Amino acid sequence: MREITYRDSLREALLEEMQRDKTVFLLGEDIGRYWEGAFKVTKDLAKEFGDERVRDTPISESAIIGAAVGAAITGMRPVAEIMFGDLTTLAMDQIANQAAKIRYMFGGQAKVPLVIRTPFGGGVNIAAHHSQSLEAWFMHVPGLFVAVPSTPYDAKGLLKMAIRGDNPVVFCEHKLLYPIKGLIPEEDYTIPFGTADIKREGEDVTVVATMFMVHKALEAAKTLEKEGLSVEVVDPRTLVPLDKEVIISSVKKTGHLVVVSEDCKTAGVTAEIAAVVAEEAIDYLDAPIKRVAEPDTPIPFSPPLEKYVIPDEKTIIKAVKKIVQKE
Amino acid sequence: MIELYRKMLEIRLFEEKVFELYGENLVPGTIHLYTGEEAVAVGVCANLRKDDYVVSTHRGHGHCIAKGARLDKIMAEILGKKTGYCKGKGGSMHIADFSIGMLGATAVVGAGIPIATGAGLSIKLRGTDQVTAGFFGDGASNQGTFHEGVNMAAIWKLPVLFICENNLYAMGTRQTQVMLIKDIAKRAAAYGIPGVSVDGNDVIAVYEAAQEAVRRGRYGDGPTLIECKTYRHKGHSRFDPAAYRPKEEVEEWLKKDPARRLKQRLLENGDVSAAEAKQIEKEVSEVVEAAVKFAINSPFPAPEEALEDVYA
Repeated sequence: MREITYRDSLREALLEEMQRDKTVFLLGEDIGRYWEGAFKVTKDLAKEFGDERVRDTPISESAIIGAAVGAAITGMRPVAEIMFGDLTTLAMDQIANQAAKIRYMFGGQAKVPLVIRTPFGGGVNIAAHHSQSLEAWFMHVPGLFVAVPSTPYDAKGLLKMAIRGDNPVVFCEHKLLYPIKGLIPEEDYTIPFGTADIKREGEDVTVVATMFMVHKALEAAKTLEKEGLSVEVVDPRTLVPLDKEVIISSVKKTGHLVVVSEDCKTAGVTAEIAAVVAEEAIDYLDAPIKRVAEPDTPIPFSPPLEKYVIPDEKTIIKAVKKIVQKE
Repeated sequence: MIELYRKMLEIRLFEEKVFELYGENLVPGTIHLYTGEEAVAVGVCANLRKDDYVVSTHRGHGHCIAKGARLDKIMAEILGKKTGYCKGKGGSMHIADFSIGMLGATAVVGAGIPIATGAGLSIKLRGTDQVTAGFFGDGASNQGTFHEGVNMAAIWKLPVLFICENNLYAMGTRQTQVMLIKDIAKRAAAYGIPGVSVDGNDVIAVYEAAQEAVRRGRYGDGPTLIECKTYRHKGHSRFDPAAYRPKEEVEEWLKKDPARRLKQRLLENGDVSAAEAKQIEKEVSEVVEAAVKFAINSPFPAPEEALEDVYA
């Protein structure tokens, strides 16, 4: 095992898959040799593979995804980067109506092995057009997979899986995760979609969290441990497909559920997970489900405002304490 | 030339049959007929090999037939049958046959344009000499995807034919209401690629323009925009009577019927005799009849098949 950053784990996944399979290529704005990606995920890749396979594009999000779809259905495995998750809105028709539906509409004739990498999330004071978390939008479109890695290990294994798979994947990254470090094995590995990971075992309450919120949940768990509360942190790792089994079996054990996500509360990630548990395991709950998510506002700019709307370990602790009263 | 005529006739008789079946309530949903525009698909696709790609639109039956798709499987799809190209999941607006490079029809206006660009990118990256023909209408040329997709193909010199079927109306909106230029081909200049306007009801003119564009594509010279000026004989969809079109205009265009024009040419040049022309019509009509029979006699899919094919 060795320790690398989330950013480098993504980069390694791209590098290794491009070495392994000539049909894998990258396209996106400023991912090439001059800028190497807004978050440097594609560092040195153009030097390694050339400008044809690490392709700078015009600022044309719709055509970036459209071109990736066209390439994917004719034998290539494109990995498109959309510089900020907020900008997937510009390509929404190509993602939701084309990439997601081509296989189905055409009766299973086509495969769409397309990965769309894009960073979501706030916390870096860049306001409402560069800080959203729109994962739930993509959960609502049948035909797409949605990956939400929280650690370097998960990021590499899931990205490799996404590239090797035959379905379109919206691969959600998080700006604050790029520099975080973690252990990954030397050898090649993939992580199957739909396998949640228990990031910390516990007995009293299940906290399901994704991406950066996994780390906030782990911090909250540490604090709560000192107060005698044992928190289990479950990271779904992919939202579609969702590993209901692991979530439900954790809830059966703890009898309490807090769901944490950085997206807006209404019709969001937390709503779906809470609904699944309410529908399939309500009898095991000893208290109401608690959701920790952003209030339904755009992400504000000013640091105190932004800090106020994004969930953190304090809001998670508060939610846990609301439903768990330890004798 | 005789083959061009046969293909155009296949589309014409097929579409007339679809219209008839629609009237008999055998076609669920809506239909967008290609009647009157046959010379465009046939003139372009006659230049394509089986391994070349086509990206189509909601008005796509003609593209499929011209590319060589089977009439019976198209008809079965239009009727929502299990034996259709998409097992009943796509219908009239979403027919695909990947085995002949027919990459399917998208019903979002303009959405196919960057997909055609992507198929061209794939060709370039794989290093083959295939080409892609992306069809779209005059209305689609006002979408951002047109600008983005054509520009991207231009800067990367991709082997793509952008075929604009300018039938003068986007649903009921006249071209003159939504753009100041008359020739959409002029837009090519903005991307630094050749753009030509041709009589889209003259299959030979379309054929020749496409031939040059295909040559450019295969030799790595990049994309071409071809505007084919044409006219739909029927309304936009279903029973649209197209009352927004002046009578004189409709009559003028009906005189330029592409199928009849080619037939006349063939007869005048002595390429076919009247008897041979009749024989072709009889043969095509039999193929169409067989397709209808196949489609009508085919079963509907089982309801629970709706759950299949979401993911690979």
